[in-house]
Amino acid sequence: MKMIAGWASVALLGTTALASAEGVVNLYNWGNYTHPEILERFTAETGIEVTLTDFDSNDTALARIRQGGHGFDIVVPSDTYIDTWVSEGLIQPLDREIVTNMGNIEPQWVDVPFDPGREYTVPWAWGTTGVIVDTSVYSGDPNNFELIIDPPAELQGRINVIPEMSDVMAMTIYYHGGERCTTDRDVLRAVRDSLMSAKPHWLALDYGAVDSYAAGDFAAGIYWNGASMRVRLQNDNFAYGYPATGYPIWMDNAAVLADAPNPENAMKFINFVLQPEIAALISNFARYSNGITGSEEFMDEEMRDAPEINVPAEQAEAGRWGQSCPQEVNDIHTQIWTELMQ
Amino acid sequence: MRGHGWKWLLCTPALIVLLLAASGPLLIVAVYSFLSPGNMGGVSWEFTLDAWFRVFFRRDIFEPDLVEWNTAHLQVFWRSIWLSLQTTFICAFLGFPTAWFIATRPRHTRTIWLFLITIPFWTNLLIRTFAIQEMIRNNGTINAVLMWTGVIDSPIQMMFTEFAVLLGMAYVFLPLMVLPLYAAMEKMDFSLVEAGYDLYASRLNVLWHVILPQVKPGFIAGSILVFIPAIGAYVTPRILGGGRTMMLGNLIALQFGQGRNWPLGAALALLMLVVVVGALIFYLRVVGRNDEVRRG
Repeated sequence: MKMIAGWASVALLGTTALASAEGVVNLYNWGNYTHPEILERFTAETGIEVTLTDFDSNDTALARIRQGGHGFDIVVPSDTYIDTWVSEGLIQPLDREIVTNMGNIEPQWVDVPFDPGREYTVPWAWGTTGVIVDTSVYSGDPNNFELIIDPPAELQGRINVIPEMSDVMAMTIYYHGGERCTTDRDVLRAVRDSLMSAKPHWLALDYGAVDSYAAGDFAAGIYWNGASMRVRLQNDNFAYGYPATGYPIWMDNAAVLADAPNPENAMKFINFVLQPEIAALISNFARYSNGITGSEEFMDEEMRDAPEINVPAEQAEAGRWGQSCPQEVNDIHTQIWTELMQ
Repeated sequence: MRGHGWKWLLCTPALIVLLLAASGPLLIVAVYSFLSPGNMGGVSWEFTLDAWFRVFFRRDIFEPDLVEWNTAHLQVFWRSIWLSLQTTFICAFLGFPTAWFIATRPRHTRTIWLFLITIPFWTNLLIRTFAIQEMIRNNGTINAVLMWTGVIDSPIQMMFTEFAVLLGMAYVFLPLMVLPLYAAMEKMDFSLVEAGYDLYASRLNVLWHVILPQVKPGFIAGSILVFIPAIGAYVTPRILGGGRTMMLGNLIALQFGQGRNWPLGAALALLMLVVVVGALIFYLRVVGRNDEVRRG
């Protein structure tokens, strides 16, 4: 249904865009991720019309673009997938003549492992996966993965875990001192065993649980930082923790497709979103940070000082980039996950 | 007969659509299940039976020489089938009296009752499922009323239980059982019921020997309509059951998503198809047989 709506809007906007002398740019982005005002302001400033089509997962986006004939100019994949997009020649290097705002990217996000020096991509939004806990039920330190994998009595049976294999596996592997794609059998065995013994204490493995936390269905869980902030705004008993043993950082990045029909307009759009004021719109809409210097100033007040959005200095060290593991390692993860969920 | 031979041609558009839209994709799925997984999704064109091997067997992660039955996959298959069977049974149990009630109303009011049965279809499944969640959650309507009236002191945990899943499934699929049952009852010859009573049959005997044989086609159609979509259902189990365990749909989706093993996903999907078709044939053979004998 989303897909149909998406296509309808493409068709609709496409026809109006033909009438515009400045042309069009076709954005292919995650659903519910693009502040409409960004598109309006871009069109007002440049005369270029923007069409927006949704995707719901990295895999969907990749499969669609691989097929060709898509007509999109810009795509916004996550960090772990950038490698594939680059090595398969699906995205093109940024044109520095047009993208002149590169200096606005916060220094820590320039030399990222998935795109050193930002040759192909710019940050769109980033966040972390951590632990959320109801402090009225458990008053200890929330920066602790043990709350999930070996929960104290008061949290047992009241835990919700997002059903994301990669996040859950990553955090558990870090907890046992392994690297993301480790092949160390001892670590993997410990990962499997601890997940198996933790599962009976989990009430649910559910995604869209903001109101379930706020309403008291769950007292703790593995959750995303932006969503955790929304929980806290509804119920301020909740605190977000960054597990000291390691937690995943993710970033979605905008890039121009290699076969973009309007590459020049696409570069202009990329440059446009690198402005602090525009990047702040992304954050205000999606509730995640954006990686652009000075954008805090334009963010909603509730986000500016939120502990979920601004990683405290002492917890920053434990954050780790995701990584897409080789197929044989991924197969092991899938096997453990299937066993866990059987 | 020969004169009507050209009418066959009228079927060609339908046949072409069926061939392209049903057989085509199925063929691709079948072919993919014999290939190797590609880099980050997709397939690479190397023939292997690995996907089919993995459907049924698994190598122990820690001792690769140890090969055992893949009980995890079997467990997920069985869970989906068992849930479908339970759903079908509950729907039949609740659907029969409902359909009977409607079929025995005066002709002009039946339409209203039927209309009421179809109302749930007007709203999206997801929204209806969330509505059930709103009722049975710990601070939901039912618990609130029970606590307010003093029947219970603390909320009953209904969400994320098997009860919640069955409640949701029965609610979703009940109309699909009621409608064919009603259609069968409407055509029923009620004078046979009276004849049964005249011949001193007990109520149970009338139900068993007179009514049930006549509405059997309705039961068969209803069971098929409920059982098949229920096997693939995963929205309801996921939301109301809390997603603690996988359904077949989740298992297959995992292979095309983060598992990045399309051939395994294709093989699992094909196996599911075989199981459904097999169950269907078995069902029709066993339950439908008496009909044929009688007609013959």
